[in-house]
Amino acid sequence: MTLAVEVRQLTRRFGRFTAVEAISFDVSAGEVFGFLGANGAGKTTAIRMLTGLLAPTSGSARVAGFDVLTQTADVRRHIGYMSQRFSLYDDLTVWENSRLYGGVYGLSDRMIEERGQAMLDTLDLAHAAHSLVGRLPLGWKQKLAFSVALLHEPAVVFLDEPSGGVDPVTRRQLWEMIYAAATRGTTIFVTTHYMDEAEYCDRVCMMVDGRIAAMGTPSELKREHGVASLDELFVRVARATAAEGG
Amino acid sequence: MSDGVLPVVAEGVGKRFGDVVALDDVSLEVRPGEVVGLVGPDGGGKTTLFRILATLMLPDSGSATVLGEDVVGGLWNVRSRIGYMPGRFSLYPDLSVEENVRFFASVFGTTLEAGYATIEPIYSQIEPFRDRPAGALSGGMKQKLALSCSLVHRPELLFLDEPTTGVDAVSRRELWELLGGLRDSGMPMLVSTPYMDEASRCDQVVLMQQGRMLASGTPDVIGDLFPGSLFGVRGRERFRLLTALRAYQHAGTVTLFGEELHYADARPDAPDAVVVAGLREYLDATGFQDATIEVIEPGIEDVFMALMGSPVTADSA
Repeated sequence: MTLAVEVRQLTRRFGRFTAVEAISFDVSAGEVFGFLGANGAGKTTAIRMLTGLLAPTSGSARVAGFDVLTQTADVRRHIGYMSQRFSLYDDLTVWENSRLYGGVYGLSDRMIEERGQAMLDTLDLAHAAHSLVGRLPLGWKQKLAFSVALLHEPAVVFLDEPSGGVDPVTRRQLWEMIYAAATRGTTIFVTTHYMDEAEYCDRVCMMVDGRIAAMGTPSELKREHGVASLDELFVRVARATAAEGG
Repeated sequence: MSDGVLPVVAEGVGKRFGDVVALDDVSLEVRPGEVVGLVGPDGGGKTTLFRILATLMLPDSGSATVLGEDVVGGLWNVRSRIGYMPGRFSLYPDLSVEENVRFFASVFGTTLEAGYATIEPIYSQIEPFRDRPAGALSGGMKQKLALSCSLVHRPELLFLDEPTTGVDAVSRRELWELLGGLRDSGMPMLVSTPYMDEASRCDQVVLMQQGRMLASGTPDVIGDLFPGSLFGVRGRERFRLLTALRAYQHAGTVTLFGEELHYADARPDAPDAVVVAGLREYLDATGFQDATIEVIEPGIEDVFMALMGSPVTADSA
């Protein structure tokens, strides 16, 4: 099994505060991996290290086969990123956004043309190619943002709360797109604090206070801990850690 | 509040912004001591409805009364008697926790001390941080402060616009526990949320989508609105299983639902046992011998999708 993400004892301190403390895990190619935690649990710090934006204090990580500390440029070329808060430029058209991101990731004009066209056809958005992204309904924007993040065919794509706020039907359309990409071999790394969104992941890791408090498939975790939902489990592990004074 | 007056009555409320219909013929009631939930995704019209009920915006059509006062004609009588916690963090980030509460109290001509008993169950949790700037609080603590500020003038009714959006699961639960305590003290509340699972926390639920009411009633009544039976199918390779189920000749809608797939049959009157037997045979024949099938209770989200009317399509395959 090919590993898309390998994390070993990854640690980041800011002064005397340890934001991420010796976390280790693997993510296989084509897996949908959920990285969960409350605000301040260390998720963002960990993601910044995995995407080459922040150097670890100690430990190591490889993403798409490249070392995040020594091969930062290679890491960035082989990953995609989509966040609900920021992904596309509202005042550029659908086509201009694709050109921009394709260009940033070094695709040739011809590749941008071909893949952009194919993307719009798949999304049934060809008619809106020259509409401003800001005018699109939220659901379309999310689906487009996800597709644009895949334009350069990254090995690993990082999604930050990909389906927050959208209606239940659009949410499922988005998850179907995510599964389709995973089936083609793209590794999906989802960060979220919405536990119902986490239920869609193949495997999840719950971060509490910079450490991994639980990891496994959603059904394994629910069975092991005797809870009905990941939400319940999350509340339990987060409160247990708070009670320890950790 | 005098007897017999309903805290909120909205009748046929409509609002447009240019070509966009933000609210279309929305009617609802909040009865004394009741928590009513407006449940729906972004763009559903929830915030517009709050602004109209809080007398911050005029409706284009229909009418509404809050605590017996018309929201247009009687706005000055409404404002001092309601508490309104807007969706976006609306406190002063560079004032301390205590200064924010004191400021909101003074706006309503009262004091922190006079309102202390009302806000105590909530405010006591953030009081240890009373000197901290509001901008430096965590998401859950900000919401507790916002709630304290909207309660300090001892309102008779509370409007809460997405109090749990953007806060983590632990804070979300704590906030609902606090709202439960307020409800027990008799405070009527209208609360909006994009999280379908929070509907079960409410006495009455109004499902909203693109300015329209899809349904309203108690959570149980809404659960019963799902047409026909629903089956939960679980198995490995969920995406392949989804594609296979959609290709089954009797398939109605098949949707992802976390780890599970929800299957509804296209035959309206097929008995559950017949549907299960047919599915079993089909899944065995298509290589999904290990998949399990069971009859399940539809949840609010299933009902919401069924009422939205637009089928889930595999535009991604």
